[in-house]
Amino acid sequence: MKQFWVFVKKEILHILRDKQTLFVLIGMPVAQILIFGFALSNEVKNSNIAILDQSKDQATEQLIHRIESSRYFDIKAYLNSSDQIEACFRKGDVRLVIVIPSNFENELQHQHKASIQLIADATDPNLGTTLVAYASAIILNYQNELLVHQKIPYTIVPEVKMIYNEQLKASYNFVPGVMAMILLLVCSLMTSVAIVREKELGMMEVLLVSPLNPFFVVISKTIPYLFISIFNIVSILILSYFVLEVPIKGSLWLLMAESILFIITSLSLGLFVSSNAKTQTSAMFGTLIGLFMPTLMFSGFMFPIDNMPLPMQILTNIIPSKWYFIIVKSIMIKGLGFISIWKETLILVCFTAVMIFISVKKFNKRLEIA
Amino acid sequence: MNNIRTLIRKEFSQFFRDKGNIRMLLMMPVIQLLILPFAANYEVKNINLCVVDHDHSPQVNQMIQKITSSGYISLVGYVERYDEALKLFEQDKADIIIEILPHFEENLIKNNEVSLAVSVNAVNGSRASIGGQYLQEILRDYNQNIRAKWIQFPKFNPAPIIQIERAYWYNPTMNYKHFMVPGILVILLTMVGANMSALNFVKEKELGTIEQINVSPIKKYEFILGKLIPFWIMGQVVLSIGLSIAYFVYGIIPQGSVFVIYLFSSFYLLVVLAYGLLISTYVSTQQQTMLISFFFMMVFILMSGLYTMIDSMPPWAQFVTKLNPVAYFVKVNRMVIMKGSKLSDILPSIYAMIIMATVLISWAILNYRKKA
Repeated sequence: MKQFWVFVKKEILHILRDKQTLFVLIGMPVAQILIFGFALSNEVKNSNIAILDQSKDQATEQLIHRIESSRYFDIKAYLNSSDQIEACFRKGDVRLVIVIPSNFENELQHQHKASIQLIADATDPNLGTTLVAYASAIILNYQNELLVHQKIPYTIVPEVKMIYNEQLKASYNFVPGVMAMILLLVCSLMTSVAIVREKELGMMEVLLVSPLNPFFVVISKTIPYLFISIFNIVSILILSYFVLEVPIKGSLWLLMAESILFIITSLSLGLFVSSNAKTQTSAMFGTLIGLFMPTLMFSGFMFPIDNMPLPMQILTNIIPSKWYFIIVKSIMIKGLGFISIWKETLILVCFTAVMIFISVKKFNKRLEIA
Repeated sequence: MNNIRTLIRKEFSQFFRDKGNIRMLLMMPVIQLLILPFAANYEVKNINLCVVDHDHSPQVNQMIQKITSSGYISLVGYVERYDEALKLFEQDKADIIIEILPHFEENLIKNNEVSLAVSVNAVNGSRASIGGQYLQEILRDYNQNIRAKWIQFPKFNPAPIIQIERAYWYNPTMNYKHFMVPGILVILLTMVGANMSALNFVKEKELGTIEQINVSPIKKYEFILGKLIPFWIMGQVVLSIGLSIAYFVYGIIPQGSVFVIYLFSSFYLLVVLAYGLLISTYVSTQQQTMLISFFFMMVFILMSGLYTMIDSMPPWAQFVTKLNPVAYFVKVNRMVIMKGSKLSDILPSIYAMIIMATVLISWAILNYRKKA
């Protein structure tokens, strides 16, 4: 056992020596959390719009004022003719043009019917629909206020409540995703490269003739990354809790235990890659293309799984980070206990066991040949 | 001049000697452009609804029918108690719960107004807000219908009505892929340009061949140009492959002129290559290069407006995107391909590229001199 710790100490010294890499390993989660938490959001607000008011009367003035004071819209330009609509979309900043035809107030008062045209730049279909929906709501509210003296009969009033995330913060979704991504990157990329480097430099032979069991030689390489990962988890949680104000509703201990399980899963993936790769470059591309890209794409945190074509949806089931992402969301955001996530946990355990089994087998075989 | 030509020939034969390089150059665009647009689909459809019905009146049935017939929302549960519905939330099987209180129909008729409790699973904020909007729009519509049915309007309608006509330009089929493909194309070009040039440069360092070049009569600027030009050409080739995939697979025909896209990419590639060069002057091994360029690439891509809107970023973050070349090209590419923007519309972005390229190239050359 003492020998084992000597090996671990050697690995730790290796890592501490390369300051640049260590800095990136520890700084990356912090940077990601800050970017995701502060800069990224899908919330629509302050969108630039333009108004083509051909009527310019009291009613349109009131309506425009209402649109202007909403937090969704910033009026960027007032257009004078419909020829300008296209040019102003082409310049790229305006997302919605509200066209009010002439005689608006007149028609509204005397014919009780007027029309407004909403033209959206639907390059981004989501943004287009959202902006049109917001603008319609404002216009409809205005219309309803016009008949404030009459009570509208038979009204169904939807009282909407946002469960789990009242302020609709994007970080509630991103923090668990970043955790999965960082753990996978640090554990599998770094371990696989570290092990393959020894192979490439021929050091593995030297290590293997040492009195320590070859299996423990490899395990000793993973231990420092286990520590770095735990450190990263703690720093992510502290930042997200205190700076981003993302709650940890469930048990912190359960969350840590599941995270350590996922760290072991990622380490086993790293072992698996390293038992197959011969050079550092192939180990790197193997983890990036084989593990990292699928994680980013198919774990459900960047891209919604529901929208993918069926074969891709099935493929997502073999991505371990998908299950970890579900676990973290359930514990942190929804505050659920172990009973609700035992299935996902079991999948991770099985996955890890299979990966370790395959790598150990491959590893032993290689020794016989050597 | 002769030296540069020789160097370029060297780079090309070195590049094509390695089958892995060619595979990467061809495979990357194909994989990224064929898989990513299918995955990166933020369209909100298939919203799962669970109804908690305490009323069981025909009115409720009609309402549910109306909601589910929209095509966006499907009914996954119809239960008696709220906590049963909450179970579906916990398992992520439902997105919206509607709770209908007892005497819903009765109250609607008697009191003229009845409330409906809508709970939205908001772990994913954007999905929740769009889903909630859909539902409210359908309810508003349904509400209009029953009013029209129940009230015998007098022939002369005293209530003013504003009719809203909605038009969606530039993407009439509302196809999300048409929005993503031009953006992903940019990421592709960036990865090829920045990563490959940085790795290539560092490889010379790591293998020590850079020393040989340093003692040869080749001048610094010739060496750097000899590195930049081949990758600049390869970048344009990748762009062409990408545009063809966009056309043949997704049927995306650039609305604007292709010439404008190539003109912009010429400047853009300069920026990206200079950035790769700059990284390579700071690191010494390929592993470090990968890790560091990966780190920056992530920041560039996330802050580029490809996946999330720049409009909704806070002011400081919007300022950061002004320093991010990826953000410019994502915007320009979408503008030219989808909206048919002209050269004059994107001139400011081209100026920004020229400034960035000048700064980065000078920085890289200065830094390179110091070390060599």
